[in-house]
Order: sequence, then structure tokens, then C-alpha cells
Amino acid sequence: MSRLRQAARRIWRVASIPLLAIVLAFIVAAFVIVISSVFTSTGLDVFLPLGAYGSLLAGAFGSGTGIVNTLVAAAPLILGGLAVGLGFKAGLFNIGVAGQFLVGAFAAAVVGARLADSPTVLAAPAAMVAGALGGAAFGFIPGFLKARTGAHEVVTTIMLNNAAVLLLTWAVNDLVRAPGFSFPRTGEIGNSALPVLLPRNLHLGIPLAVLFVFAVRWLLDRTTIGFEIRTVGQNPNAARYAGMRPVFVTTLTMTLSGLLAGIAGAIQMLGVIGFYAPGITASVGFDSIAVALLGRSDPIGILFAAILFGAFRAGAPLMQIETSVPIEIIDIIQALVILFLAADLIVRRVFRVRSTKPVISELATVARTWAGGTPPGGAT
Amino acid sequence: MGDQPPVLEMRGITKRFPTGTLANDAIDLEVRPGEIHALLGENGAGKSTLMNILYGLVTPDAGEIRIDGQPVTIHDPADAIARGIGMVHQHFMLIPVLAVAENVVLGQEIVRPGGILDLGEAAARINLLAKKLGFDIDPSSKIEELSVGQQQRVEILKAIYRNARILVLDEPTAVLTPQETREIFEVLRRLRAEGASIIFISHKLDEVLEIADRITVIRRGKVVGSRRPAETNANDLAELMVGRAVSLRVDRGRSHPGASMLEVTGLRAKNDRGQDALQGIDLSVRAGEIVGIAGVAGNGQEELVEALIGLRKPTGGTIRLGGHDLTSASVDRRRDRGMAFVPADRHKYGLVLTYPLDDNLALTRYGDPPFAGGFAGIIRNFRAIAENAIRLMKEFDIRAPDPKVPAGTLSGGNQQKVVVAREFRHDLKLLVLDQPTRGLDVGSIEFIHKQVIGRRDGGAAVLLISAELDEVLDLSDRVLVMFRGRIVGTFPAEEAQREKVGLLMATGGARA
Amino acid sequence: MDAIATFFRLIWELGVYLFTVVPDLLPIILALATPLALGALCGVLNERSGVVNIGIEGIMLMAAFFAYLTGFALHSAVGPGASIALGILVAIIVGGLLGLAHAWLTVSVRADQIIAGTMMNIAAFGVTGYLNRLIITPSGLGGAGVIAPFHLPDAVANLPIAGPVLVMFFDQGPIAMSVLFIVIALQFALFRTRWGLRTRAVGEHPKAADTVGIDVYRQRYLNVILGCGLAGLAGAFLTLESTGSFQNGMTNGRGFIALAAMIFGRWTPIGAFAGALLFGTATALGVVVSIRVPEGDLGNIMRSIPSNWYAALPYLMTIVILAGVVGRSTPPAADGVAYVKEGKG
Repeated sequence: MSRLRQAARRIWRVASIPLLAIVLAFIVAAFVIVISSVFTSTGLDVFLPLGAYGSLLAGAFGSGTGIVNTLVAAAPLILGGLAVGLGFKAGLFNIGVAGQFLVGAFAAAVVGARLADSPTVLAAPAAMVAGALGGAAFGFIPGFLKARTGAHEVVTTIMLNNAAVLLLTWAVNDLVRAPGFSFPRTGEIGNSALPVLLPRNLHLGIPLAVLFVFAVRWLLDRTTIGFEIRTVGQNPNAARYAGMRPVFVTTLTMTLSGLLAGIAGAIQMLGVIGFYAPGITASVGFDSIAVALLGRSDPIGILFAAILFGAFRAGAPLMQIETSVPIEIIDIIQALVILFLAADLIVRRVFRVRSTKPVISELATVARTWAGGTPPGGAT
Repeated sequence: MGDQPPVLEMRGITKRFPTGTLANDAIDLEVRPGEIHALLGENGAGKSTLMNILYGLVTPDAGEIRIDGQPVTIHDPADAIARGIGMVHQHFMLIPVLAVAENVVLGQEIVRPGGILDLGEAAARINLLAKKLGFDIDPSSKIEELSVGQQQRVEILKAIYRNARILVLDEPTAVLTPQETREIFEVLRRLRAEGASIIFISHKLDEVLEIADRITVIRRGKVVGSRRPAETNANDLAELMVGRAVSLRVDRGRSHPGASMLEVTGLRAKNDRGQDALQGIDLSVRAGEIVGIAGVAGNGQEELVEALIGLRKPTGGTIRLGGHDLTSASVDRRRDRGMAFVPADRHKYGLVLTYPLDDNLALTRYGDPPFAGGFAGIIRNFRAIAENAIRLMKEFDIRAPDPKVPAGTLSGGNQQKVVVAREFRHDLKLLVLDQPTRGLDVGSIEFIHKQVIGRRDGGAAVLLISAELDEVLDLSDRVLVMFRGRIVGTFPAEEAQREKVGLLMATGGARA
Repeated sequence: MDAIATFFRLIWELGVYLFTVVPDLLPIILALATPLALGALCGVLNERSGVVNIGIEGIMLMAAFFAYLTGFALHSAVGPGASIALGILVAIIVGGLLGLAHAWLTVSVRADQIIAGTMMNIAAFGVTGYLNRLIITPSGLGGAGVIAPFHLPDAVANLPIAGPVLVMFFDQGPIAMSVLFIVIALQFALFRTRWGLRTRAVGEHPKAADTVGIDVYRQRYLNVILGCGLAGLAGAFLTLESTGSFQNGMTNGRGFIALAAMIFGRWTPIGAFAGALLFGTATALGVVVSIRVPEGDLGNIMRSIPSNWYAALPYLMTIVILAGVVGRSTPPAADGVAYVKEGKG
């Protein structure tokens, strides 16, 4: 009994702030919904938030389809969250998940279309690997630049996101456009599609994403590479003094982060979308940041946070149809969650909780290296 | 003088920090006009906290402050300045990229209408004040271009510019040569003659005896005694300060130097600003010998240490250890060859404060067996890490509840012991110590000094770099003096007298 | 050998071409640079006082939306001129309020500055998208109108050499023209006034500033709010002076390019402005090339470069400039570090 209570207390110590941050975000968002209802044709509606949140919940968990949709939406968020979270561990803020996701999706789509007629056992893994490598390459660039020149990843990854959209549009238009369609897009992926495990598109990518949760956890906790990543994140100077190479660790971490984001793109492409066309947007980018923060950049925490945000994404369309509350309320909730996590003081004050850990201690390194004359730990 | 009413009275000052430390426990202090009042105590005794309370940087939990007999409340430094209190902090509160004049007037700027700075007028006033105090300072030069001693004068100018009548100096001599110390004492006497009251914080007994009119001794947040220099002596003060009889000299014993271990020839390196910080360093350290490097901070010691560790790329010269060329070897390789380093800043380099003790005790050998193994040698061995921690905690008397507590929760002395325990390996060939006892209490200092001598007697070569001249003189078998990136003098221990070494530290040559 | 000769001929032709398009380039550079310059000035004011603000993008977007909403809602009630003027005012106020929020988060609450900025960006994206869908789209009404640019008399505009330069700076809308004056005023204020000295002091060494009685928090609040007001003005420029309409996410990374311009300009107002002009020029080139295609081989090559590449140029340039410049410039020493008064309370 007391052991059970102890375990519960331990979980509460870690999870109380994130959980309460979500509760608070929903409360504040409810005010937004009520106030903004004034501007609609129906006029002020105090009970609108209840209806909207009800539909959101129903859309996400109310049916088998809803649950599958939640899990399908969660899979890329798990990987995207791991990508951001791994970066945090090394004191890096990868805002470029959106771009790496797109490059991964594009690479998977192109290779997938090439191998559309090959057996699935060959085609799907090959397309997945292509997506992973695409994302990794796109993560390597900002990682290498940060390590070598100190150019901060927050700016370079955002710029790469914008550039990726434009350059991939060009690539689809001019390089790999499939014939026979009225708009520019890549060809059918055929046998490269990820196998569906359960009806209504519960595809192989979902267990794969969960597998990566444990892989990343193992890497961080059990290996010397993970120790190096965490040490560079906690104290880059001590890392250098201990004989670690921050240049290498920074580059490697961003590459691995890009790899995870690329896999996210690949499973979305091979499991859901099926072809790459300009205009594909990735809400995964910002969602992943919220997921990583909510999960305290801990892999297991990220798993739960991703399922939660997957549910938001899966349930939001029904909410908009049934209650006319715009889908963008999810972005607002997300921003509020981040707000309350960043300023956990607010949560502590409102709910009077005490003695919990800071959200993510490595974040200090992200700000400290901002535009810093020297790369993390200085140049060697 | 003793009959005059005190200019400053602090009564029952108490401060407990959120960490639980009781830094000040009902402290009483009285300072009279025109006296130099020394506040003597070990590192961590609570002297700086008391002065930060006086200056409005720390809010006391209890107690009363009276100035000229009137009770006052000091909320912030602006209040303190308005009451005529000035403070020269141990870590100077100067902005390196700004000019002297900008630093001095900051907060009480001379402006023309529209808030436009009048730096010309500021310079004129500063020149006037500087002349009065006998300083030679160009108001337009940037702080980062000044020596430590000059920077300290700018700090004093700042206080005088604000019409300070009560001037607090926190460990002002820690970074000075004996000559500079004498000069600053002259300035303090001159200020006293003009009626200013001076609070002089120190842990150095002889200086306190020389300069102070009255000495208040603080131990663990409490006043344990008050003396006049004429009534006391160094041994009495030391016992009062530490709470037990202490030997003031380190018993170094005899050294038995063996073969040459570290050979540095013509070493050159640049600092972060691209200037030549090391201009051809030649030095050697033999096995079983402690070589100390004395020098005023900022003469290239930092760069020398970093070049030896492998954190700074030399632009010329060689570093050899036991015959192996390690000039451009990685940090890792140097450690493999038997080098170990105790860094000056344990929070910046020596420890990861958020990590548990056991990880910190293996931090610099995390990738070597037995701490890692298995597939490709990348699997961490938690059992070996834990066993190592338990062994070292016992051997080095590191006081912590268990090896899993974060290093950041330990006291400064115990943190330094963690670094020392990790670095003082048994297969040690060269030990580089950069200010190994900075900010520690006497007990920890004694412990670490004993360990250093033990390693020397075990055959290790030891290179000690410290801005604390006393530490260098106490521990070293041979003393080198570093000045502007060069070694300008070598003294065997028996010939290394304070004055001689100090003069060389200040001038770099016998000419001056 | 031929290849080398051709290469140099092409370089020469490119130079000639660039020279000939200068009159086309100059008038559009300032307009393209304006939001970047205002954003960069926001960054300078924030970071000189020690606060990193990567939420400039979001602040611009939010201000752009509310400026547009004001202009759009009041268009028929108070007339186009007054509604636009009010729109600009609203944008500056929105910017200032968001600055207040950022200052509160980073200075008082001591939230991580990078995360606070990220939150600002996501919130702006969500709030504007939400209200856009809720209010503007269903109304089916037209735009808010744009400010008519000022035109120089032809006699001045046609002056040799001086003419195009004058056109560049003064044949513009009021916000674009004001940038020049704001830059000069801030440059003077930062290095010659009491406010500027205190700003630099709290950004370099807040504790030193504290010990001479300067209120570090107040100084940082002031700077962040002022700076974000400028970012708000940038938002108003986008909707009310440049395009006359609002689209979701229309800032398109300008807030981040502005940060690169700030770093390029080494945290000085004039330098940041120069950086913004550089990015403005790169963007302008992409526009001009598609209008005035050069002749011959060079024309063929430049035409063969897809338009998406030209569009991506400013983003790629940002990365290159950051990588090239950052290591050689020093940010304010306490940039991004919250100031904690120890032992208080």
C-alpha cells in the first residue's frame, strides 16, 4: 500500500505540472471561445466550450475510428517529440522538425513511388530508410553550422523550414512530377505503403514509433553517447574538460534529431498521405515542440504527450463541424500549454503545488548559446 | 577616537538563505568615523552576506541598521548610495566593454537636457577625483584594457564619486601583488585621514593586523570576538577565526624530485580576443616535485592551463609528457597519458551540478573501462560507476547521504573534494592544479594540501597555478613567476620571498 | 580555356545587368526591407538590455492582424484615412502589449526566453488563424485599403544619380520612410543618452547596474515594450502599407530574418538597418529578374533558375550570413540570461 502511494507520489512529482498546465490551458481557452462567440452569428454562448470540448473528446475517443485516428495522428508526433526532446537533452532547440519532416516525407514518397511494384518487405523499408536519411541530412546542416560557426539553430532551422517548402515545391514541379495527374505530385507508392495492422488504417508506423521511444531512452540512459549528449546539454564546458567533443556531439544530435523527424515524415507519407504534393503542411513541427516540453523531454513522457496531442488533432475536425469553433483553437491551447510550462510559476500559484522539478534544465543552454560568439563550449 | 559615536551600527542582523544556511546569526557590528574596521573570517563565514545586507543587495530576516544614530532601512543599493555607503565587491562590478567614465557615472550620469550624456564633464570630474586620490587613470579607456589593480581603483573612484563616507572593500587584496597591496593600503589611510570609515573584509591575518584599527572576527555567521591589533597576534586571530588551533604554515616536508616529467618549450597561444596571451613559455616539472606559478590574474595563466588540458590550441611550441609529444593531443589522450586537472572553476568545468555524485566521480573517465564496455564499448556500467563512487567518497571523506544525490546539493568544500577525488588517480604522472582551494574553508584547504603533498611524495609531478601568492609560496618546491605571457623568474622554495616574488609579479623584471 | 573565358564573360554580363537594373531595384528595396528593419530594431532594443526575443515573428503577425482588423472594421465608419491611422496605432499598441507579456515572462517570471518566444509565435499563429476564420472570412467584406505612398516630384526623381537614391528613401509610404528616422534616432539614443548607457549596462552586466542603483527590471521592461512596439509597426506595414490584406502566417519568417539582420549588424541600429537592406536587396533581385530578363546566355541561365530558388534566396542567405558572421561578433554579455536578485524577499 505505502509502496503504491510512494510510486503515485513520484509520478505526481514529475507529472503534476504538465497535467495542471493542460487543465489551465483548457480553462483559459474556454474563455477565448466564450468571448469570441460574441463575434459570430449565434452571439454570446457561455456553454460553447462544453460543447466544443465534448465534440473534441468524442472525435478523439468516441469511436473505434476516433481512437485509431488519435493513434495515427500520434505516431508522427511521438517521433517529432523525440526529435525535439533529444535536441533539448543536448541543449539544442530543433524548430526545424517541420522541414525535416517534409524532406523525409518527400524522400519516402519518391523512393516509395520508384519501388511501387517491388515486394512490400523490400519497398517499405527502403522508402523508410530514404525518409530517415533525408531528415538526417536536413538535420545535419544546422547541427554542423551550430557546432562549427555558432549560427544558432533556432534561426537556421526556421529558415530551412521555409526553404524546404519552396525547394520541395520546385522538386515536385520540375524533377519528379508524376505523369497523368492534373496537379504536380509524386507517383503512387503502391507496395511501399506501410502494412495496415488493424482496420481503418492502424498502420505499422504506430508500433514503430513506440519502438523508437524505447530506443531513444536506451541511447540516453544506457550508452556513453547518451551520456555525452546529456553532459553537453547540462554543461558544455565540463563536457569539453571531460574530453568530450561538443562539436561532434552537437552535429550528431541534430542529425539524429533530423533522422527521427524524417522517419516521422516517412511514416506519415507511407502510412497516411500516399503522395507528395506542394502545399502539404506539417503542423507536426510546432506540435512536436509542445509534445517535447509537455513530456519534459523524457521519452516516456513524450509518448503520453504525443497521444494527447494526437487526440486533439484527431478530434478537432468534428469540433469545428459540430460547434463551429475554429480548429485553430488547438494551436491556442498548445501555446497556452507551453506558456504554463515555461512559466510554471503560474501553475504553482494557481494550483498551489510545491516542490516539483523544473521543466527542462538543459533549456538554459539553448538560451546561453544564443548568437554566442563561440559554439557550445568554445571552438577547438 | 573611541569616544566618538559610531557612524554605523548593525544590530542583531540575521539572515537564513532558502537553502537553509544560516549565513548571519544575530551579528552586531559598530564602525566609528575615521576608522578602518576589519571584518575577519573564513570563506563562507558570512562576511560578504553581512556587507551585502548593508548595501541593500540582500534583505535580512531580522536586525537593525543605524547610520549616525538614526535607524535606516536599506531596500536596495540606491538607498545605500544615498546614505553614503560605497562598496568595492570582490568580483568587480564593472562593465568591461564600457569606458572608465561610463562605468563611474553609471546610475548618476551627468546629462544635458534631453537625457544626453555629458561624458566630457564626467571625465573632468573623474580626473579631479583621481588626482586627489593619487590615481593615474584615463577616463576614456575601456575597462577590459586595464589591469586588475587599475580596475580596483576605478571601483574606489565609483564609490568616492558617489560621496561614500562608509567604504566597504570585500577581499580587496586577493588579486593584488604585495606592492599593489601596499599602495591600496596607502589609499585607504588617506581616505581615513579625510574622515571616511572603511570596512575591510579579509581572511588574511597579517594584512588585517597591519591596516585595521579594530578587528571583528566572524565564524559560522556569528561574531566570535573583537580585538585591537595591539592586543592580539596572528595565532590568536587564527584560533578565533577557525575555532581551533591551526598551524599557519603547511608542512611540506622534503621533496625528492626524479626525472623530468612535463617539458613545455616555447609555448604560444592566443586568448579569446585573438591577442597573444602566451609568448613562448618554457617550463619543466620533475616527478615528485611541486612547481608553483605565481602571477597577477590575467597574465596568461588561464590560457596556459587550457593549453595544457587541451582546451586551447597552441599557436607554437611543444608540450611533452614523459617523452610523448602531446602538443596537439586531445583532452582524452592527455588523460590516457597520465595527466589530471583540477580546474579553477568547479561549477563551470569540474562538475555537472545536476548529475549525481557517482556520475561526477566518473565524469572524466566515463568512456573507459570499467565504466563503459559491452557492444562497441558504449554501454555504461552502472555497477562500476557506483562502486567507484562509494570507494572515493570513503577515501576522500566526501560528506553526502548517498552517491545518487546531485553534486549541486553539496557544500563548496565537498564539491571540491569530488573533483580532487576524481582527478587524484593512482596512475597519475602530472597533476595540474588551477587555484585548487579557492573559496574553501580552512579544513578543506588543509585536507586538499595534504593530498597534494601526498601525491607529490608518491612520485607525481605537480604544477600549481594560483593568483593567491601565499598558496604558491606555501606549497611549491619551486616558484615560477608569470608576467604578460612569459615566465620571468624562477626561485627555489627557500629563496622565494614574498617581496621578491611580488615585485617580479608586478613589473616582470628586475629593472623596475 | 573557353569555359573559363565564358565564365568571366558571364560574370561581367551579370555585373552589367545588375548595374542596369539598379533603378528598378532601388524603389522596391526599402519597402521589402522595412518589416525586416523594424523587426531587427526590436531585436536590438531587446537584446541590448539582455532579453532574447525570438517571438518577433509572432508579434508582427498579431499586430498585422489587429491593424488589418481595425482598418477593416472602421473603414466605412470613419473613412479610409482615419481607419488606417487607427490601425497603425492599434498595431503599435498590440506590439507593446505583447512586449509587456514577453517582459513579464522573461524578466519577472524568468521563464526560458527562447521558449517564451516560441510560445509567442505559436500563439500568434493560432489566435490570428482562429479570429481570421471566425470574423474576417465569414464577413465577406473587402480589404482595409492601403496607405498611398508619397511621390517625389518628377523633377527630383529624374535627377541623375541622386534621383534614384532619393526615390529609394522618399518615394515611399509613411511607415517605410519613418524607418530611416527611427534608425538614426535609436543609434543616437543608444550610444549618447542616459537611457542608452543604462540599456547597455543591464545587457552587459545587470548586477553591476544593480549595484549602482539602476532598476534592471524596469530598464528591461521598458526596452522590450518599446522594441515590440516597433515590431507592431512592422506588422501594420505588412497589412496596411504593403498588401492591404491579411493571410494566415503572412510574416513568413520575416521575424527570424530580422534577427539575422540584427546579428549581422552587430546589435547596432544602423548595422541592423544595413542588414535589412541587404536582405531587401536579395528579395528585390528575385522580383526584378522575373520582370527584366537579361539578354543572351546570362538571360538563359537566369531564366533557367526556377522561381522557387529565387524565393528561397533570402532564407538561404540568412543561414549563410549567420554562419559567416556570428563567430565574429559578440552579443551583449548577459543576452538571454535572466537576472536574479539573490537574497531578496
